[in-house]
Amino acid sequence: MTTPLVLTRRMTDYPSSSHTIDVYEKSGGYEQARRAVGMTRDELVETVKESGLLGRGGAAFPAGLKWSFLAPPRPSYVVINADESEPGTFKDRQLLERDPHQMIEGIIITSIANEAHDAFIYVRGEYPKAARRVQAAVEEAYARGYLGKGIFDSEYDLELTIHLGGGAYICGEETALINSLEGKRGEPRLKPPYFPAAKGLYMMPTIVNNVETVSNLPHILSMGTDDYRALGHHGDTGTFMFSVSGHVKKPGNYELPRGITWRELIYDVAGGIRDDKELKAWIPGGASAPWFVPYHHIDHEITKDVCADAGSMLGSGAVIVMDEDTCTIRVAERLVRFFAHESCGQCTPCREGTTWMEMILRRIEEGQGRAVDLDLLLDVSDGISIGLAWPPKMTTICPLGPSAVSPIIALRDHFRDEVDAHIEAGGCPFEPRSAIRDPHSANQETADTGQRIPDDEGHLDA
Amino acid sequence: MTLWSDETRERARDIISRYPEKRSAVMPLLYLAMAEQGHLTDEGMEEVGRWTGITPAQVRAVASFYTMYKRERTGEYLISCCTSISCMLLGSDEVLHAVEDESGVPHGETDEEGRLSVEHVECIGACGGAPAVQVNYELIEGVTPDKARELVRWLRSARPPVVNTDEMQQLFGGRRSFDWGIPESGGAVGPYPAFQPLGTVESEGEG
Repeated sequence: MTTPLVLTRRMTDYPSSSHTIDVYEKSGGYEQARRAVGMTRDELVETVKESGLLGRGGAAFPAGLKWSFLAPPRPSYVVINADESEPGTFKDRQLLERDPHQMIEGIIITSIANEAHDAFIYVRGEYPKAARRVQAAVEEAYARGYLGKGIFDSEYDLELTIHLGGGAYICGEETALINSLEGKRGEPRLKPPYFPAAKGLYMMPTIVNNVETVSNLPHILSMGTDDYRALGHHGDTGTFMFSVSGHVKKPGNYELPRGITWRELIYDVAGGIRDDKELKAWIPGGASAPWFVPYHHIDHEITKDVCADAGSMLGSGAVIVMDEDTCTIRVAERLVRFFAHESCGQCTPCREGTTWMEMILRRIEEGQGRAVDLDLLLDVSDGISIGLAWPPKMTTICPLGPSAVSPIIALRDHFRDEVDAHIEAGGCPFEPRSAIRDPHSANQETADTGQRIPDDEGHLDA
Repeated sequence: MTLWSDETRERARDIISRYPEKRSAVMPLLYLAMAEQGHLTDEGMEEVGRWTGITPAQVRAVASFYTMYKRERTGEYLISCCTSISCMLLGSDEVLHAVEDESGVPHGETDEEGRLSVEHVECIGACGGAPAVQVNYELIEGVTPDKARELVRWLRSARPPVVNTDEMQQLFGGRRSFDWGIPESGGAVGPYPAFQPLGTVESEGEG
C-alpha cells in the first residue's frame, strides 16, 4: 500500500521509544494542541466537520456533528472510550501502548473544542499495560505543563484522569460507559436523551469519543482538512485501522485507506489464507457485523456505504477470517455466547433471547439439533431485531441484542446447508468432537443450572 | 476504619479527589479493596461504601456487574484463557483444556492451596496473537497447549512475586498481535490489574 502511514507512523519510525514525550515532541507533537488553545470552539468544530472524520468506535457517527450537539450548561466533560472489547478488535490497544501522547494531544484538542476542564480516559480493565503506558504519558504531559492548571501557559485548565473498567463489554456503549464512570452498574441509559452531548456524565453535556477518533485530531489540524480528506476514498476520509485475525497468514493491525477491496485486504495485506486453503467467510467489522462470503463480496470496495448496501458494517474495523474447514455453527455459537454473556440484562428480548440462541446453537453443534431449530433461531432473533433488517430495528435499549442476531442472518443466508448437515448427521461434520469439552457444553449447563432444552415446538418439557 | 493500611487510605483519598463526585471512585476503590485482602470481601465492600457515600448493597450491585471484581477467594495467579471467536478459530479450547488438565483446576475454580485460579474469558483484544492467555491480566500471545502446560508448571515452581508480560511472552508465547516494541519493567502482584494509581504495579526483582 502506498498511502503514507498517519496514526502508526511514529511507532514505525521510533520502534522502541514512540511512547515517550521527547520523541513525540521531536516529531512535531503537541504543536497542534498548543495552537488549539488559541482557537475558538466554532473554529475547531467546523474544522472537524470539514475533515469528515467519522467515529472509529464502531458506529461511524460524524465526530464534528457529535461535538456540535453540545448543550449550553456547564461544566461539560470529555470522556475517551478506551474500553475496546468488540471481539476481533485490538487496534486501540496498539494506539494506547505505542503512541499514548498522540491520543492525549487529541484529548486536549477535544476538550478545548468542547469547553471541558475535566477529561477521563475509560481504559478497559483487561488492558493494564495500556493503562500504565497512558498513565506514564499523562504524568509526562502534566510535568511539561500540557495538562493541569494553565496549559501551554494559557488560562485554560485541564485535568485528565484514567479510569479503569471492570471487564464488561457493554461499557463500550457510551451511556453505559457514563453510568460506569459515575460508579454505577454499566447499563445503557434509556433514550431520549439521545446524545450525551446534551445530558451525559452527571447529566451534564459530555462528549464521548473513541481512542482512534481523537488520535486523528492532531493530524487533521497539522495537515489541513483537504489533505486529510484526500487520504480517504468516496467520502470516507482519513485512514482506517483494520484489525485482521483468524485464518490468515499475517494477522495484525493495518492502517489503510478505505476503498481497497476485501480481496486486497485479505490476500495482499494479510497474506491470504493459512495453508493456502479456501476462504469460506469473514466478518467485516467485529463480532456484531453480519458476515460476508467470497462469492458475493470479495471484490467489494471497503467503504462505509458499500458495506452498508451489502447489509453489514465496518464497525470497529475488526476483520475475522474463516477458512474452508471452519464450522460456521461453532462460530455462530461462540459469537452468540459472547453476547449472551455480556448482555446487561435490562431488556428481556436480549437477556432471554441471546441465552436461548446460545443453547439452540450448542445443541445443533453437539448433535441434538432438531429440524425446526433454524426457524426457532430466526423466531427468537426476530424478537430482538424485528424483521432481521439492516440496520436493525431494535426491541432493546442498545444495539447489543441485535448484534447477536448477525451470525443467525449469516446462517440463514449462506450456511443453511451446514445447519441441515449437522441436524441430519446428528453432530458436527467438520471436525470430530474430541474429548476436549467445550467450556460451556450443553450437558454441563443442564447439570449445573437445571436449564431445559426446548422441544420441537419450542416448548420446555414439563 | 482500620481495614485498610495508611498507604491504601492515602491512595483512596487521591483517587476520590480526581472525580467531581466521589461515587465515581467506586470502581477504583473496589480494586484497592481487592488488593488489600486478595479478593473482594463483604467488609471490603462496606469500606468502599463508607468512602464513597453509598450503601453496601449499592456497592455490591456495582461489584457484581463486572467480572473482574472477584468476590470469592482467588489464587495468587489468575490464569485467564480467552475462548472468544478469534482465539477459538486458532485452538483456544485446547489451550484452556491444557491449563485445566495440567493444573487440576477447572475453569471458574481455585486450587486448595490458593495458588492458581483458572477462568475462561471473552475477547481480551489479542486477536492477532491468538490464542491468548493472561496471568493476573498480564498478556501472553500465541500460546500453544504445550506452552500453556509449561506456564502452569512455572507458576507453581518458580512462584514469581511479580508477573511480567515480557518475561512470560518470551518463555511461553509465540506470535503477537503487533510488535510490542517497548520493554515493560513492571508487572502484577496479584489477581487484579497492575496500575500505578492503585499501587498494584511493581518492577521485576522487587516485592
